[in-house]
Amino acid sequence: MNEMLRESIFFGAAISLLFYQVGMYIQKKTKFSLANPLLIAVILIIGVLLVLDIDYDTYNNGAKYIQYFLTPVTVSLAVPLYRQLNYIKKYPVAVFVSITMGVFMALGSIYIMSLLFGLGHQDYVSLLPKSITTAIGMGITEQYDGIVPITIIGISITGVMGNVMAEILCKWLRITEPVAKGLAIGTSSHALGTSKALEIGEVEGAMSSLSIVVAGIITVIIVPLFVNLI
Amino acid sequence: MKFIKQMTIIFTISFIAELMEFLIPLPIAASVYGLILMLIGLFTKIIPIEKVENAADFLIEIMPIMFVPSTVSIMTRFDQMKQMLVPLLVISAVSTFLVFAATGKVAQAIMKRKGAKKAGDRR
Repeated sequence: MNEMLRESIFFGAAISLLFYQVGMYIQKKTKFSLANPLLIAVILIIGVLLVLDIDYDTYNNGAKYIQYFLTPVTVSLAVPLYRQLNYIKKYPVAVFVSITMGVFMALGSIYIMSLLFGLGHQDYVSLLPKSITTAIGMGITEQYDGIVPITIIGISITGVMGNVMAEILCKWLRITEPVAKGLAIGTSSHALGTSKALEIGEVEGAMSSLSIVVAGIITVIIVPLFVNLI
Repeated sequence: MKFIKQMTIIFTISFIAELMEFLIPLPIAASVYGLILMLIGLFTKIIPIEKVENAADFLIEIMPIMFVPSTVSIMTRFDQMKQMLVPLLVISAVSTFLVFAATGKVAQAIMKRKGAKKAGDRR
């Protein structure tokens, strides 16, 4: 079985697409944010590979072609940001100052907690980009030789938390201004939070979606200050 | 035809970005150079948004699937992941809360000051 599949270039890609769809279906049916299609797909694929005793390299032989599109899709992220141009022009100070504060808070808090947990350099570096969008975060982890799946899982947990907690946190922290709500949601929990922000309101959704890319780029700029601390 | 033209622009930028990563000795991924090139193109209107938006929207729609293969690779490091589970959950929760609070509070303070200034101008 393994022999035959190792020759296959479509097996890995096919089951990735298939199980992602299963994940989307489960999320649609349960309407539960924890039922994240990416996490469901990954759990199911690992399950199938373990049961059929297929190793990761055999799977990745086909699946790696999906990743080929990562650079083009990151380039494409410029489009949703450009669509929010009016909002950036309207509130430039609020956008850049608050997101920069958020990025420093993310990196600083990850540094302090990594110290407390006694994490090694590689684990620490892999966690640093965990608040930003996966496309940019993965790039950071690869640049600094971190462990990409740790980054992706951190980003997914963060996104799900932001999505579930956004409204409660706004109330609790008394963040009432729509611009501030959107910036807080997008900076703390990227695209998954943004889907919640879009439900809350138009301004919130727009600010949150521009925060995804702005926070990503600011993180790329600031992260070199932090990588060598542990 | 429209899709081919749009994909051509996106892939050409990706290629230039790759060259930049190769030539510029900074720890920045090709994808980020590409993103910045596309932003410059759009903001200067050298690349009109209509010339790329359909292909870009399609790629963004299928983006999460692109993270599946590298996430599946945790199966090759289960032991390491077991040790990381608690730190990962705690760090994610606490830092998400702190980032949310910092960004939201700062933005709200700036917006309120802006609002007060506007009210003052009117007087």
